[in-house]
Amino acid sequence: MKELNAFIKKEFIHIFRDWRTLLVLFAIPAIQLIVFGYAISNDLKYISVGVWDKSNDEMSRKMIAKLAFSDFFKVNAVLSNESEIESLFKKGTIKEVIIVEDKFSKKLIRDGIANVQVIADATEPNTANMAVNYTTAMINAFAQEINKQPLKPSPFTAEVKMLYNPTLQASWMFVPGIIALILTLISVMLTSVSIVREKEFGSMELLLVTPLKPITIIVGKVIPYFILSVFNISFIFLLGHLLFHVPVAGSIVTLYFISLLYIILALTIGIFISVSVSNQQIAMMISLVALMLPTILLSGFIFPIENMPKWLQVFSAIMPPRYFIEALRGIMLKGNGIVELWKDFAVIAGMMVVFIVLSIKKYKSRLM
Amino acid sequence: MRVILFIMQKEFIQVFRNRMMLPILFVIPIIQLLILVNAATYEMKNIRIAFVDYDHSTFSQRFITKIRGTDYFIVGDNQSSVNTAIKAIDENKVTAVVVIPKDFEKKLKSNAYPLKIQVLINAINSVNATISYSYVQQIFLSLKNEDVFAKQTGNMPVQTINTIPRYWYNADFNYKKYMVPGVLVMLVTLISFLLAALNIVREKEVGTIEQLNVTPIKKYQFIIGKLLPFWILALFELALGLTIGKLVYDIPLAGSLPLLFAFSGVYMIVLLSMGLFVSTLVDNQQQATLVSFFFLMVFILLSGLFTSLESMPPWIQYINKINPLAYYVSVMRMILLKGSGFIDILPHFISISILAMAAMTLAVFRYRKTSG
Repeated sequence: MKELNAFIKKEFIHIFRDWRTLLVLFAIPAIQLIVFGYAISNDLKYISVGVWDKSNDEMSRKMIAKLAFSDFFKVNAVLSNESEIESLFKKGTIKEVIIVEDKFSKKLIRDGIANVQVIADATEPNTANMAVNYTTAMINAFAQEINKQPLKPSPFTAEVKMLYNPTLQASWMFVPGIIALILTLISVMLTSVSIVREKEFGSMELLLVTPLKPITIIVGKVIPYFILSVFNISFIFLLGHLLFHVPVAGSIVTLYFISLLYIILALTIGIFISVSVSNQQIAMMISLVALMLPTILLSGFIFPIENMPKWLQVFSAIMPPRYFIEALRGIMLKGNGIVELWKDFAVIAGMMVVFIVLSIKKYKSRLM
Repeated sequence: MRVILFIMQKEFIQVFRNRMMLPILFVIPIIQLLILVNAATYEMKNIRIAFVDYDHSTFSQRFITKIRGTDYFIVGDNQSSVNTAIKAIDENKVTAVVVIPKDFEKKLKSNAYPLKIQVLINAINSVNATISYSYVQQIFLSLKNEDVFAKQTGNMPVQTINTIPRYWYNADFNYKKYMVPGVLVMLVTLISFLLAALNIVREKEVGTIEQLNVTPIKKYQFIIGKLLPFWILALFELALGLTIGKLVYDIPLAGSLPLLFAFSGVYMIVLLSMGLFVSTLVDNQQQATLVSFFFLMVFILLSGLFTSLESMPPWIQYINKINPLAYYVSVMRMILLKGSGFIDILPHFISISILAMAAMTLAVFRYRKTSG
C-alpha cells in the first residue's frame, strides 16, 4: 500500500508538472460548451436571398418588401436574367432566388392566381428545406393580406410540447455528449500514452525490476487519471448548470455512479490500447483517429441514432459512449433512475469486464 | 535541393517502415469514410410517431393515413392514453406523439373553434425535434387547407399566390452528397495535422533533434524536408478519399479537380505550418496531441461541417475568418457539388493564401527561436 501511494504521488507530480496538458483538459470542455451552447442553433435568420422581379409592379414590390423587412431574409442580390442565378449560387453569396413572374399584379387580378418560383441551393439540404418553408409561409401570409379578408380563425392548431427540453436548448443535449467525449479523451488517450511512454523510453523495464508488482504499476498509473476525470466531470456539470441551466432531474448519486463506472471502462480501454501498441504516436493516432470520430458521430452525441441506417445502428451498439450518453441523458434530462437504465449500466459493466480480461491476457504475454 | 531530398527520403522511410502506421494512415480513414458518412445525417426517413386517438373519428383516420403516406414517419401502434404515450417516449420507443382529443370531429363540424391537437416531442436532441415538428406541421397545414376549402368553397380567397419550389444541386436532399466532402475534409485535416505536430516533437523527445541541429542542414531545408512528405501524403489521401466518394457515394465532382487540388495544396500548407507551430510549443507527444485536439475540435465545430454556418451568430463568423477549415469545407462543397470555378472561389483562395503565409511565417519564426 505504501508503495502504491508513493507511485501515485510520482504520477501526480508528472501530471501537475505539465500545466499545458492540464490547461487543455479543463479548457476543452469549457470552450466546447460555450461553442455548442451559443453557436449552434437551428433558427435560420437572415437567409441571403436573391430577387428576380420580372414584373416589377405594385404588388410584386409590396410582396418583396414584406420578405425583405422580415427577420428571416436578407436581399443580397437583385437579378435580371437566368444565368445570374447559377453564377451567384456558385459564388455562394445567396442561398435562394425568388422569381416573381411577369405581369404579376395583372394575373392576380384577372385570373386570381399568380406564380412565384423559389429556387433553393440544396447543397445543404436542411437549410434549403427550411428556407423554402419560410418563404412559402411568408408569401401565403401576404396573399391573405391582399385579399383584405379578416383572417379566418384557424379551425385547429397544434399545441406542441417539447418534452425534457422545453426551450430546445442545444446545450442540454450536448452536455452529456461532451462529458462522454472528455472522459474518453482523458481516460483512454492519457492512460494509453502514459504506459506506452514508459515502454518507449525503456523506463518500464526499470519499473518492472523494482519490487512493485505489475498490478500496482497499472493501478498506480490509472488512479491519478481517475481522480482527474472525476474533477473534470464535476467541472462540466457545474459549468453546464451555471451557464446553460442544464438540469439534473434524476439523482446525483446515480449520475456519479454511472460516471465512475464509465471512467473505469474508459481507463481499461486505455490500458488495453497501451499494452497492444509499441509507441506513443500509434497510441495517440488510435485514440484520436479511430476513437474520437466514432465517439462523436456514432454515439448519438450530435446525430440521432434512429436516423442511421439499420446496419449502422449495429455499429453504434458496440460503441461504449453510446450507452453512457443514453444513461446521462436519462438521468439529467428525463429523471430516470437505475430501474429504467439497468440495460445501459449492464452493458457498460460488461464491456469493462471484457476489456480487463483482454488487457490481462495481452499484458502477460508482453511484459512478463 | 539534394539535402531536402535526403530528409524527405528519411521521413518516408520512417513512416512506411512502421507497420501500424500504414493502416492508420490509409485503412482507418477509408473505413471511417464508408461508415461515418452514413451516420452524420439529419435526413429523417423514420421518425417514430404514435397516436393517442380519443376521438376515433374519420378525421383522426384521415390524419393517420396522411402521416403514413409520407416518407418521413413510421407510425407505431396507437397508445391508449397520454400517460402510456409519455412512457413510450421516455423509453425511446417513439419520438413524437399526436393526441387527438375526444369529440374532436363533432366540435370541428359545429365550428367550435379553435380546437387544439397536442403534439408531444422528445426534444433532447433539439435539432431532431425541430425538424420532426416541421414535418408534423406540414401535415397539419395540408389537413387544414383541405378542411377549410372543403367547407368554404364559396368563400375561397379571391387571389392566390402559388409558390413553386425548386431545388438545385441536390434535388433529392441526399445528405450523403453533403457529408462526404465534409467528412473527407475532417479526415485529411486530422491526419496531416497530427502527423506534423507529432513528428518534430518526437525528434525532440527522443533527442535526435540535437543530432539534426549539428548537421549542416539549413533550417529551411529541414522544414521543407520534414513537411513536404506529409504534404504529399495528405494530397494522396485526398485523392483516395475522392475516389471512394465517387465510387461508393457517387458524389458529383461537378467542378475542376486541378482547382480543388490547388486549393487543397495551399490549405495543407496552413495546416502543416500550424502543426509545426504546435510542435514548437510543446515538449512531448502527449502535449502535442492534446493541443492539436483542442485546436482541431474548435476549428471543426465552427467550420460549418456539421451545422449550418447560416444559423451561427455573427461573432462566430468573425472567428471563422481565421479558421482554415471553414474555408476548406465550403470550397470543397462549392467545387464538388456546385461546380464553382476559380473566379467563384477567388475570395476564399486569397484568404487561405494569406493564412498560409501567416502560419508559415509564424511557424518558421517560432521554430528558429526554440532550437536555434
